[in-house]
Amino acid sequence: MSDSILYTILSLSALGAIAAIILYFVSRKFKVYEDPKIGNVEEVLPTTNCGGCGFPGCRAFAEAAVSKNDLSELHCPVGGNEVMKQVAEILGLEVEERDPYVAVVRCTGSVEYRKKTNIYDGAPNCTIAASLYSGDTGCAYGCVGLGECVDACQFDAMYMDEKTGLPVVIEDKCTACNACVTACPKEIMELWPQGRRNRKIYVGCVNTDKGGAARKVCEVACSGCAKCDEVCRYDAITIENNLARIDPELCKLCRKCVDVCDAHNIIAVNFPPKKERPPRKAKATAKKEDVDIIGMVKKENDKKDEA
Amino acid sequence: MSTKFLTVSPSPHVHQEQSVKELMYGVVIAMVPALLFSIYNFGIEAIYVTSLAVISCLIFEFTIAKYLLQREPDVWNGSAIITGILLAFNVPSSLPWYIIVIGSLVAIGIGKMSFGGLGNNPFNPALVGRVFLLISFPVEMTSWPVPGNGFMEIDGASGATILGSLKEGLGNGESMETLMVSAPSYSELFWGFQGGSLGEISAFALLLGLVYMLYKKIITWHIPVAMISSIFVFSGLLWLIDPTQHADPLFHVLTGGVMLGAIFMATDYVTSPMTTKGMLVFGVGIGLITVLIRAFGSYPEGVSFAILIMNAFVPLIDKYIKPHRFGAKGFLS
Amino acid sequence: MLNLLNHLKTFPQGGVHPDDNKLSAKSHIQEISLPKIVYIPISQHIGKPAEPLVERGDTVKAGQIIAVHEGFVSANIHASVSGKVGKVEEIMDSSGFKKMAIAIRVKGDDWEEGIDRTPGLVKEIELNKKEILAKIMEMGVVGQGGAAFPSHVKLSVPEGKSADHLIVNGVECEPYLTADHRLMLEKPEEILVGTQILMKSLGVENAIIGIENNKKDAIKLLKKKSKDYRGIKIASLKVQYPQGGEKQLIKALLNREVPPGGLPIDVGCVVHNVGTTFSVYQAVQKNKPVIERVVTVTGKGLEKPSNFWVRVGTPVSHLIDAAGGLPENTGKVVSGGPMMGKALADISVPIAKATSGILIIPEYEAKRAKEYNCIRCGKCVEACPMGLEPFHMMLLAKKGFYEKAKEDNIMDCIECGSCSFECPSNRPIVDYMRLGKIMVKKLNN
Repeated sequence: MSDSILYTILSLSALGAIAAIILYFVSRKFKVYEDPKIGNVEEVLPTTNCGGCGFPGCRAFAEAAVSKNDLSELHCPVGGNEVMKQVAEILGLEVEERDPYVAVVRCTGSVEYRKKTNIYDGAPNCTIAASLYSGDTGCAYGCVGLGECVDACQFDAMYMDEKTGLPVVIEDKCTACNACVTACPKEIMELWPQGRRNRKIYVGCVNTDKGGAARKVCEVACSGCAKCDEVCRYDAITIENNLARIDPELCKLCRKCVDVCDAHNIIAVNFPPKKERPPRKAKATAKKEDVDIIGMVKKENDKKDEA
Repeated sequence: MSTKFLTVSPSPHVHQEQSVKELMYGVVIAMVPALLFSIYNFGIEAIYVTSLAVISCLIFEFTIAKYLLQREPDVWNGSAIITGILLAFNVPSSLPWYIIVIGSLVAIGIGKMSFGGLGNNPFNPALVGRVFLLISFPVEMTSWPVPGNGFMEIDGASGATILGSLKEGLGNGESMETLMVSAPSYSELFWGFQGGSLGEISAFALLLGLVYMLYKKIITWHIPVAMISSIFVFSGLLWLIDPTQHADPLFHVLTGGVMLGAIFMATDYVTSPMTTKGMLVFGVGIGLITVLIRAFGSYPEGVSFAILIMNAFVPLIDKYIKPHRFGAKGFLS
Repeated sequence: MLNLLNHLKTFPQGGVHPDDNKLSAKSHIQEISLPKIVYIPISQHIGKPAEPLVERGDTVKAGQIIAVHEGFVSANIHASVSGKVGKVEEIMDSSGFKKMAIAIRVKGDDWEEGIDRTPGLVKEIELNKKEILAKIMEMGVVGQGGAAFPSHVKLSVPEGKSADHLIVNGVECEPYLTADHRLMLEKPEEILVGTQILMKSLGVENAIIGIENNKKDAIKLLKKKSKDYRGIKIASLKVQYPQGGEKQLIKALLNREVPPGGLPIDVGCVVHNVGTTFSVYQAVQKNKPVIERVVTVTGKGLEKPSNFWVRVGTPVSHLIDAAGGLPENTGKVVSGGPMMGKALADISVPIAKATSGILIIPEYEAKRAKEYNCIRCGKCVEACPMGLEPFHMMLLAKKGFYEKAKEDNIMDCIECGSCSFECPSNRPIVDYMRLGKIMVKKLNN
């Protein structure tokens, strides 16, 4: 009896010792040296692996930062200046402060302004719909409305507004990781400088059709009328391909263009309300409460059925 | 001019008519002959066991989907009904009611819903339930009412299945020849006058179901043919090596739920391979494991275990056995 | 059992059997009145759009060239009617996107001189190989099966490769469509002469016209007529979709497999549609550019499912009116067949050179059924003619694993729709296959 216990203990110990020796040599042979700084940098990064910096993940960003030893071309949009400062501290480097950005939706063609012309019945995916045809409204440029940007957002910073059928960015949560910009097949999403006190002015339209054609399919389409260009004192607005564009670098946020726009699609965000500012399409705001897309389409159908 | 909104969707714009629901109810219809025969053979008990299993499966699926997974329950797609019938087919008709309910709970709850419901379960739910019961209630699960003429006389006596008594006899040192004398004839086995679980006894009724399912294109021939023929071949090899220790291949094929397993359980969509080549491998694997368990294992029957084991291999089969890529150099070109 | 008895050729892997529904098979090809205005897109083919030669206000004759090919992979565009050129602007065409098109206000029906419009058959091929190719290019012949690949490109065999077979595709495996069927019945000799022209141009001795067995009359007629023509065989094929795909057709007829990413020429074949062959005949023998084609207008609710001779650029609505008007319960209008055709958002779009049919789908069949979980039944794998695993690809594309999808050969997909057609859970498999392909193409760039 005692013998068998002894043998068991001995054989197991011998086995353990052999395994330990093998492990020792293997670990010596396959040892990989890694700069401890990479780990340190990775620790201060947000570790969301969103890819907003252009690298496949935070680890890759950290590796690049350590190996390049230069932070001028690297920026973590999610962490922002604070995190970059910490990274610079770890590496003993200097880093420039960058203006923070947020994503903006450059389409204001909600269901009431941009009428449906057909019913899309394919897979609920913007890219599929956009590759099939020019969309379920007359506008070939505007938002498809199937929410691929919302799906792409890792930070819950976007949602689809059921009433308008358009995505909305929650600025507080947006990290400017660029995911929605790459996801959108119509190139509607754009990163925009956050601006002084979060204030910004941009054009909510990407339709490059001629004015009349654009207006025909969408009441709030930019027709390229250049009224905004005329009133702008800072040369911040350019008209190209029948579409106005505001240069955020030059824009002084005076809001002159907002008031002259017939289509009301120059959007000013986070400004205090202006007293004399006319309401955005009185007729539309009154109706806004009871809009649902399917219902509208159905009603339209019924009406025409009767006719 | 166009007065209504046209629908726009990517192609194709037509669709074949068989939906999941119709496929599932097709399987249920295919099981009717076997059910009718079991009623003929075991009497009213068969209806009782089957309906209890089906109803409890439906209730469990509904409850779990609605209250645990909190999603829209879809109990009428037919899959829970199939699980219920298959579970009933796999148990003796004399089983107490609470065991059937436990079996249904395990089949639906653990076998299916815990993986996310229809389409996600790696193992055949009915078999998970059956094997759970077999291990938990070995006595109840292996005493079968001796088949009489069900409706005429319900015989209270119970006994083992033929394979079970063969195994026992061989264990006691009796030779195969003497044991086979007391066994039913092939025609009795084929028509189904033997002891056993509810639905497994009549090869004829099950084959009717197979013909129906093949005709309706619900399943393909690959799994049943591969499984039955491999059982035939492997048990035939053993029989040729030593006829005194092993039963002949035809006997193996007609007993112990081979037909039920091959036609209704191994062919379950969710737990079988996707490619036809994979299906053949899957069927042969089940056949091999069944024969191994029967010949060398401690259980007299091995179909359920064999199917469950091969279910576990399905992801592997799907990973390595791919269809022939058009234009690639391969044995088809 | 039937297969064993009459042993017809087909492709061995995958395939589905949708209902035939060839409602217009008995309807003769009818001439149709000219519309008031036609819109001729300058990009009706694969490759670069043609360069417009006319301006607003110009007067044109039918058959006059109005846009010239831009580069080699492109095709000439001719006026299909006579009249005054209107706006040259972007309009919605049958592809579903806005594209440049030339509007012509119809006035009379004057034809360009030199076009032989007599019905007589011209058998003798006078042009040589080079001249044939130049003629085909000049007359703007493109593949009329659906892809609209410029024919002269297909006929220019690249160096180092050679063709030994010409295959003429008379399969018409799409349900509903009968344009090719009627053309074979009504213009058999022209198609055979066209085949000879293509053979001469390619320098091949053998040509096979593949026809599915649901067009027995066409097979019989062409078999009888083809006796007078050297080297042309008529092959009758078992009905199976997508036999009209050129890869599947070559496999069925010659048992050769085009390698992945390859072209038919890699296995010594050139495939042309019967419609294209007829256009080649007209271009070479009659000097007539591609300004007309046969279009099937069909559908279950339609009063008169018919086949029409249609001028390119005619609005779809004009055709539908000629076939009895748009039915009340219309849910979908498809340009092409039901398996691969494109649903139209608007029926004012013009007919292009490659539009083979207009299909009206009633409301009760227009909407897709509810999507369920994949039950792993394997029907999509069984149906895939390219040997892919569509269920798996769909998941990869949906979850964004495009690299993996590329490794699993998603680019082999021919988008025939067999997998979506078969799926009992109504999953939009082809939609996601398409998404995967778009994304893989993006990755490659």
